[in-house]
Amino acid sequence: MLDLVATAKRAEQAESAGISVLPGEARGLVYRVADRTLIDGIDLTLCGGTVTVVMGPNGAGKSLLLRLLHGMLTPTEGKVLWCGEPLTGALRLRQAMVFQRPVLLRRSVAANIRFVLKLRGDGARKRTDEILEEAGLAMQAGQPARLLSGGEQQRLSLARALALEPQVLFLDEPTTSLDPAATAAIEAIVTRAHRRGTKIVFVTHDLGQARRLADEVVFLDQGRIAEHTPASRFFANPASEAARDYLAGRLVLQ
Amino acid sequence: MQDFGEAFRLAFGLVLSADADLIEIIALSLRVSLTAVAIACAAGLPIGAAVAMARFRGRTATIILLNALMGLPPVVIGLLVYLLLSNAGPLGWLQLLYTPAAMITAQAILITPIVAALSREVVEQLHNEYAEQFRSLCVPTLTAVGTLLWDARYSLITVALAGFGRAVAEVGAVIIVGGNIAHLTRVMTTAIALETSKGDLELALALGIVLITLALTVNAAVMALRLTATRYAYA
Repeated sequence: MLDLVATAKRAEQAESAGISVLPGEARGLVYRVADRTLIDGIDLTLCGGTVTVVMGPNGAGKSLLLRLLHGMLTPTEGKVLWCGEPLTGALRLRQAMVFQRPVLLRRSVAANIRFVLKLRGDGARKRTDEILEEAGLAMQAGQPARLLSGGEQQRLSLARALALEPQVLFLDEPTTSLDPAATAAIEAIVTRAHRRGTKIVFVTHDLGQARRLADEVVFLDQGRIAEHTPASRFFANPASEAARDYLAGRLVLQ
Repeated sequence: MQDFGEAFRLAFGLVLSADADLIEIIALSLRVSLTAVAIACAAGLPIGAAVAMARFRGRTATIILLNALMGLPPVVIGLLVYLLLSNAGPLGWLQLLYTPAAMITAQAILITPIVAALSREVVEQLHNEYAEQFRSLCVPTLTAVGTLLWDARYSLITVALAGFGRAVAEVGAVIIVGGNIAHLTRVMTTAIALETSKGDLELALALGIVLITLALTVNAAVMALRLTATRYAYA
């Protein structure tokens, strides 16, 4: 309990001093369900200021890794550290996550934004308007959120995550079921957030998207990191066979 | 057969002329059942929400029990409340037997499991949908409960209406603990039972007409709510 209080305090101090919760670290991360090892000994350091794209075939453990880093799941072995501290609620407050399928409250578009602003003690209408304006959803403010199109729903979900002004933003295949225009809109918002200094951790299957966004690529294969390299090197000259196969469009079978 | 038609004519006459006895009986029925629903919601909604959201040992058994209690026979509840409230019973000193309070108690006990079991289902469905997002946002538990209840409000109102429908139509419990005393504990269902056995069909029929109208209205309200909720994608 004391630890928790101390950690919360440090996080608060870090926040008030404008210090980042970064770097994020995974040390010897293992995640098992029954007898299956889904994440198998991952060591990873995530530094600020970059867009990290996590790639890999289905079942490689991309979404699991994201959830472990965000503290949604507890690792079977190993640990996740942010700014050298175990992940607690106070630190998770500095992070946000956008899921593949947007989870929107059964309320209006504006009420979805107000909900998270209120959680952080900021219910100002003006902020809501600004946020919706930036997401291109100002016209739909009063509409029921769940009647928006798929692209608009994901934009709202992203705007809601960014309303928290997170230092780290996790995105789990947010554009998988979207058309190119909606995908471009999401990428534009993510790029703007990145320019403002938010650390982006983006899971995608889309090679084009990875090329457009990535500063560095973490390529996962069967629960392990096959490679973690700058994007330019990854796309020009992938070191691992799994990544070479993946980039060449060959089927990577588990 | 002529009597039959005559009875209907007289019954409609009573309804249309807003007969004083009839109005008194309807008013008491509504007062008893609405109060019972309010109490059942105050108790049943938190129980339903808690069981929906919490993970504890014996949770499945609790859900089975709640679902089973939905089918409680009203006469048995009437008997139990009677035993509790009769002079020799543990709560006899309250002197509540044969009062509207006793009827409210019996109906509240009858429909609390209905409200709890149905709201558990509604809230659990929504909770499954929101849970991961709420964890990511670090939503405090109480805020989460409030949000789930608010976002499920359309479905929860239909749950309350289902409870009301059951309460207002039951006769077994209220006749035992209320005693069907004129001007004091006579409600629609007990009056129908009594008047029918006395052969005074027109009052019984008039009350029957009101009861059926009420049931239709409640069902129409449920349907209208569902349609509204679906239209706004809130359901």
